Amino acid sequence: MSQDTAKLRVQRGGPEDEPVFEEFEVPHREGMSVLDALIWIRANTDSSLAIRYSCTNANTCKECMVKVEGKTVYACTERLGQEPVTVGPLTNKRLLRDLVTDIVPPKEKLSLLLGREES
Amino acid sequence: MTADVVTDVLVVGAGAAGMYAAIAAARNGADTVLVDKSLIGRGGATIMAQMTVAAAVGEQEPDHWTHHLRDTLDAGRGLCNEELAAVLCEEAPIRIRELGDWKIGWAREGNHMKQVMAPGHQVERCVYVDFLNTGPAVAKTLRTQIGRADNLRRAGELTITSVVVEDGRVVGAVGIDMETGEPVRIAAKAVILAAGGLTRLYRRNSASVNMGGDSYALALRAGAELIDMEFVQFFPIGHLAPRMVGMDPIMWDPFRYKLGGKLLNNEGEEFVQNYGHAETTDKYTAPRDVVSFAILQEVAAGRGSPAGGAFLSFEHIPEADLRTAFGPVIDRLAKNGIDLTKGGIEVSPIAHYHMGGVRVDARMATAVPGLYAAGEAVGGANGANRLSGNALSEAFVFGERAGRFAAEDVAGIESGWSEEAAAAALDEIAASRNVAATVSGPGLSGMLVELQELMWRDVGLLRTQGQLDSALARVREMRVEIGERPGESDHRFALSMQDWFDMRNSLMIAETIIIGAQMRTESRGAHQREDFPLTDPSLEHNLVTRLDGDGFAVEPVALVAKSYDLVPLEAAE
Repeated sequence: MSQDTAKLRVQRGGPEDEPVFEEFEVPHREGMSVLDALIWIRANTDSSLAIRYSCTNANTCKECMVKVEGKTVYACTERLGQEPVTVGPLTNKRLLRDLVTDIVPPKEKLSLLLGREES
Repeated sequence: MTADVVTDVLVVGAGAAGMYAAIAAARNGADTVLVDKSLIGRGGATIMAQMTVAAAVGEQEPDHWTHHLRDTLDAGRGLCNEELAAVLCEEAPIRIRELGDWKIGWAREGNHMKQVMAPGHQVERCVYVDFLNTGPAVAKTLRTQIGRADNLRRAGELTITSVVVEDGRVVGAVGIDMETGEPVRIAAKAVILAAGGLTRLYRRNSASVNMGGDSYALALRAGAELIDMEFVQFFPIGHLAPRMVGMDPIMWDPFRYKLGGKLLNNEGEEFVQNYGHAETTDKYTAPRDVVSFAILQEVAAGRGSPAGGAFLSFEHIPEADLRTAFGPVIDRLAKNGIDLTKGGIEVSPIAHYHMGGVRVDARMATAVPGLYAAGEAVGGANGANRLSGNALSEAFVFGERAGRFAAEDVAGIESGWSEEAAAAALDEIAASRNVAATVSGPGLSGMLVELQELMWRDVGLLRTQGQLDSALARVREMRVEIGERPGESDHRFALSMQDWFDMRNSLMIAETIIIGAQMRTESRGAHQREDFPLTDPSLEHNLVTRLDGDGFAVEPVALVAKSYDLVPLEAAE
């Protein structure tokens, strides 16, 4: 691995799947965040990777919470070094797919508006 | 088939404008549904707002809304819809006080709201919430009010893909349930588009991910018109280097409001005064279009910072003053390795706001019965250049008006969902669900990066006919490349599917910006043509865009003027 890349092991799959970890390499830039790397992966390697974020860098939307090395963090403020890291979804929330979990407040759920049971 | 959800008023987008619209529609008697492709109150521009909201409440010093209007029209370089601008300025104080009653916590000083000076204002006019917390405070306050209304339902993770129109009137909308990838039918007698602007089309932007021009594309495709699409505002001093995390790139604006600061070239000299606006160290007054232009010219002349911008320095300000003004923000900067007492940071222009947008009247109604717009989605009020502090004011004022007038509009109208009118919109979502497998590869997420690079390079701050022509050719190719239907599918959290609908909107809107920029053969406000560097008085009109088959019809229309008398400030007390 060259000095200019970073490696991430990212958990993939939905709630019924056995979780698999897929390895991605991204170009490393000084000061980059884990979210920068995930966005880069979607744009350059695999757009099917499911991630949730909105404000991208300001840490105000609070949507990008994931587990990095088992620790709950905001992907936008977690710096990515050149050591490989493992990224997974929150474990205390219902998994939708890949890194996306159901963090929608109960009264703001579409399932409630549609009057359907949650899957 | 009946609709999945039936309501009087549907509000698309849950930032400040959408939330205010929903509150206003509900309190004026309409059953209301508020939806967002992100989460309620979390996506969009509002949550990112750092500080100032302009309103002539006159608590810091004497002020009157007509003075706010004069400053707004001056900043707008002759192109403002004066009727919309007047409504914005006259009603902003009402909304600021209402938010105060809802306990937003506007910063206070002694027995009054604290108001600060901002560029382009002649009075200390801008209210805020400390520290750099205006946007989150607005979002929280409005969300609390939404929770209290009993005829108002809301849901996140619903991407509206089409407004449904039958016999010329809005009957609802179709969207994608992000969790399942299934289509959702919403019957509504009126739809308010409040899904924000388009700054995500540019490589350097301060946007949330859902700001790719949805409001404008939904409006166009429903038969409404857009106005002033060539006017994209670039915020001059967006953060450039060193790389920061957890901070909004616009954050240096509040630092300048409170502390002044110096904008320097690589020779350590202040330069903005060389570009037609005298700015002194302790006053932050130069308009955004002037400063953006000045920074680009310094960089072009070889006097830029290492990363290609200008230096912003607060070195001359004592640490104690920095801490009084920004408290915990100073610690967040330290975590990013930034010590403002030790050296400058690098800044450069960044796409920040769209002056253009959906063409509406003072009721926020489009030409399509039942279709309204609010907030940044609305075009015209700010002309060729927005006065700082007006974005949240317009979100509140236009949101409230859109909700109120939509509620009035739907009283006595029968709900009329039409499966036939919705068929095309439902088909394209169903088609996406029939795509066999998810494709591994860059997909449309990669194409977005290309579009952002192209818009930044060729349709950005400095434009020429040649650049605009090549940009238009490539955008048209991209519109063909994405095809008529989504080519990727992921039924559970349908991000790739959403990418296709996003890209269709973004490409459509990119084209409207480019065509407007080609037709405006002059430089004015945020639109700067290198090949036409002067302002042309004969182009003092707005350009209106509507869909015309697969293309667009763009025509000049006369300005909307409104006469007003500047009320003397002694009399305004």
